Amino acid sequence: MRRFLISQAKKGLVDHTTRRQHHQTRSFLSLLPPSFSANSPRAAPLVSLSRFMSSTSDMAASSDSTSSLPVTLDSINPKVLKCEYAVRGEIVNIAQKLQEDLKSNKDAYPFDEIIYCNIGNPQSLGQLPIRFFREVLALCDHSSLLDETETHGLFSTDSIDRAWKILDQIPGRATGAYSHSQGIKGLRDVIAAGIEARDSFPADPNDIFLTDGASPAVHMMMQLLLSSEKDGILCPIPQYPLYSASIALHGGSLVPYYLDEATGWGLEISDLKKQLEEARAKGITVRALVVINPGNPTGQVLAEENQRDIVNFCKQEGLVLLADEVYQENVYVPDKKFHSFKKVARSLGYGEKDMSLVSFQSVSKGYYGECGKRGGYMEVTGFTSDVREQIYKMASVNLCSNISGQILASLVMSPPKPGDDSYDSYMVERDGILSSMAKRAKTLEDALNNLEGVTCNRAEGAMYLFPRINLPHKAIEAAEAEKTAPDAFYCKRLLNATGVVVVPGSGFGQVPGTWHFRCTILPQEDKILAIVDRLTAFHKSFMDEFRD
Amino acid sequence: MSLKALDYDSLNENVKNCQYAVRGELYLRASELQKEGKKIIFTNVGNPHALGQKPLTFPRQVVALCQAPFLLDDPNVGMIFPADAIARAKHYLSLTSGGLGAYSDSRGLPGVRKEVAEFIERRDGYPSDPELIFLTDGASKGVMQILNCVIRGQKDGILVPVPQYPLYSATISLLGGTLVPYYLEESENWGLDVNNLRQSVAQARSQGITVRAMVIINPGNPTGQCLSEANLREILRFCCNERLVLLGDEVYQQNIYQDERPFISSKKVLMDMGAPISKEVQLISFHTVSKGYWGECGQRGGYFEMTNIPPRTVEEIYKVASIALSPNVSAQIFMGLMVSPPKPGDISYDQFVRESKGILESLRRRARMMTDGFNSCKNVVCNFTEGAMYSFPQIKLPPKAIQAAKQAGKVPDVFYCLKLLEATGISTVPGSGFGQKEGVFHLRTTILPAEEEMPEIMDSFKKFNDEFMSQYGVGYSRM
Repeated sequence: MRRFLISQAKKGLVDHTTRRQHHQTRSFLSLLPPSFSANSPRAAPLVSLSRFMSSTSDMAASSDSTSSLPVTLDSINPKVLKCEYAVRGEIVNIAQKLQEDLKSNKDAYPFDEIIYCNIGNPQSLGQLPIRFFREVLALCDHSSLLDETETHGLFSTDSIDRAWKILDQIPGRATGAYSHSQGIKGLRDVIAAGIEARDSFPADPNDIFLTDGASPAVHMMMQLLLSSEKDGILCPIPQYPLYSASIALHGGSLVPYYLDEATGWGLEISDLKKQLEEARAKGITVRALVVINPGNPTGQVLAEENQRDIVNFCKQEGLVLLADEVYQENVYVPDKKFHSFKKVARSLGYGEKDMSLVSFQSVSKGYYGECGKRGGYMEVTGFTSDVREQIYKMASVNLCSNISGQILASLVMSPPKPGDDSYDSYMVERDGILSSMAKRAKTLEDALNNLEGVTCNRAEGAMYLFPRINLPHKAIEAAEAEKTAPDAFYCKRLLNATGVVVVPGSGFGQVPGTWHFRCTILPQEDKILAIVDRLTAFHKSFMDEFRD
Repeated sequence: MSLKALDYDSLNENVKNCQYAVRGELYLRASELQKEGKKIIFTNVGNPHALGQKPLTFPRQVVALCQAPFLLDDPNVGMIFPADAIARAKHYLSLTSGGLGAYSDSRGLPGVRKEVAEFIERRDGYPSDPELIFLTDGASKGVMQILNCVIRGQKDGILVPVPQYPLYSATISLLGGTLVPYYLEESENWGLDVNNLRQSVAQARSQGITVRAMVIINPGNPTGQCLSEANLREILRFCCNERLVLLGDEVYQQNIYQDERPFISSKKVLMDMGAPISKEVQLISFHTVSKGYWGECGQRGGYFEMTNIPPRTVEEIYKVASIALSPNVSAQIFMGLMVSPPKPGDISYDQFVRESKGILESLRRRARMMTDGFNSCKNVVCNFTEGAMYSFPQIKLPPKAIQAAKQAGKVPDVFYCLKLLEATGISTVPGSGFGQKEGVFHLRTTILPAEEEMPEIMDSFKKFNDEFMSQYGVGYSRM
């Protein structure tokens, strides 16, 4: 199998280097001079010019018989067709159309605005950015401000100090330059120090890859791990659809394990084991286990004990642990605390040589919620240097992640400290956001649990509630008549009646025969109350219509 | 001993096969030398700000204000920001819900896409539809998204110029497709010969490859040529006959250093050709904020425009974009500013023109200095850099040098570039990283080092080269 068609048209030569020779010894580009035989001890078989010439006539025929344009739905990559991303799927498209129509047709609807509870995008719903972070970013973006005396009246002194510090870490202070493909070294140092402070275990800046949000990092790992359908990734169900979409795009197999709704979305090691063995029996090589903690869409925070079992399981089974820890700052209940998987693994005595662990973090979540910045990183530990080089190479094809996202990632891992000029106001902003989120989560959770046939686990963390709706048979039949999943049917009805946009549970996966939806806790407090009223009224009338 | 989770042998082969020379062996060695305290002149990446180019003031002011919108409420903001920057920041913030901190539409902010469409209309004289423009985190991401849609497997081939920018080879490799090379003619100033294209396609088809798309880079990277209108017509006709999507990498459209061949977009040429061809050829054009006189590489801002792509395919491309949520919003605003810069009469207009003209005129002088410098060296010939940011001189290596390279286990041009790096601190990329004809060797440098440093750089290059040529065979030339 060749990866590339290597040719030199003038001589009509085609190099038939096998795939194995190719990937082990030579690259496409060094192959280009096909007879640069100093590098290739194996004589490559050549296709003669006559064969080449005789095939040109076939070519005309084949191009004429191509009935369709190159890029049509029938001829695009089937993996692209296969992948789904429900968070921005059909319901959101309907919502956007409603929103447009509302502008001119206000009276046609029983609501006056669309409330987007489909996506964890806090600042689009009125959450304000942390001022200190933005001051630093503005100063880095327009660094000549640092030379103006008036700047001191407009910016906090620690933001000015921090901007200087950051600029000094960037070669030439050039925030408009591509950086090292892993991210600016000085910023990675700061992030590593932040991880160390969080975990009390060392972190190495060379293990950190800064990325445009956490999603590209997940894609990179999937690309690295998945070669074909025979490669599997253990994913929680329900799961954040980035994982299913990314596994589909890279042509691998999703191996599901179910979170147990009855025990607060607990993760049962026995279920993991069962799924792993079933997959192996089907000939699938399971490469990694995805854990989302705090959970998305399920909102649970894993107990440390449970995390230890997961770590041991990965160690025993030789799985890479892909730890999605983007909600690490979003914990709302006093009896739970976030522990990073790296800390848990190190506490168990597992070091660099014992297991492969990747931790993802993002600037989009937490109390910062800076989604539009596309900042994030992954910390990659327990990989051999040749594998690390491959990850670096993938990062380098995209040159680097955006610089303000990089700067912001360093800021969220090292916010103002006691004594800093901004510290007090920073703490007020931060605690205000987090305590309000906790309050909103509780309000919504209670309201949902008051609805007929609805049960909702508590939101211990993250930004979502994932209530279960026991849909009446009549509603299920009505959905089937419309060729819609029953939960999507419910969500569409909800949207049309209230303007509230939520995502059907089928977009995340659920135990067959159960129905859910995901709703963010992000609308501001007054809006949450309005949602509760509208949702309660809607649900009652829905049940009145369909109750068995 | 338990299983090790990740063995090198079990990684995705496509990942291992992918090569990206711009940040390869030479770059790593240069970084090492820099750590050891040696002065390195990085001419390996088109990264202008890293070599001292100052950002344009106006866009940085606008984006800083968008970062810190609370400044807009401060009565003293006018002391450090001009009024037109303040007005423009308010304009862009009004186009978002949630400012720079919220995910935008996965295709980019509708208001910015509208500004991009207006720019394309002004440039080409033909309408452009914002719905068919997607903003991306740099042009590279856009190229990857489109190739991901086109490539189904190894049997799908993409025509790529050789020499080429290795983004294409690397991405095709990562996606498991097949690169079908076509050669640019160095002796014809890196011209594109359509007969050559036909041969490449025919040969690929004889191998069972379905050729699906063709890439052109105009102005050329690494070769610096500007395609003529006549040449673009031939290419479009060829794509029409062979049913290929044309991917037009037009990121260097502002970087033109001669007056005979101004930049002309593939879209304009296609539309000029009229129906039926203007309705048939599928074209995707790429642009970025990283190049031109902007050079804002670190922002990761770009867009692509789709022409004649069926709506259901556009929806699929949208779906894939939505998995990445949205491109970063500050770069979207940079893009908006790039396509709608200050106008005559605006407070910042004069400064903007002064800065941008200054950069462009200096690049033009540097392009000339570099070409002339290379052509004054023994065994070096170099086509003039008509556009883009690179010189791609041919180095006629004597047999003794090739022998020495072989003994060192290096490709000859890598050997040469490493020696150059060690002797002078000039960090280049060997031609083999871009592809070149058999037995012919090149290197790529950017024309981006500061103008005042240019004479010294060219002197030290000449000194190194002439010594190298004496060492490995005096006065030898293949010509």
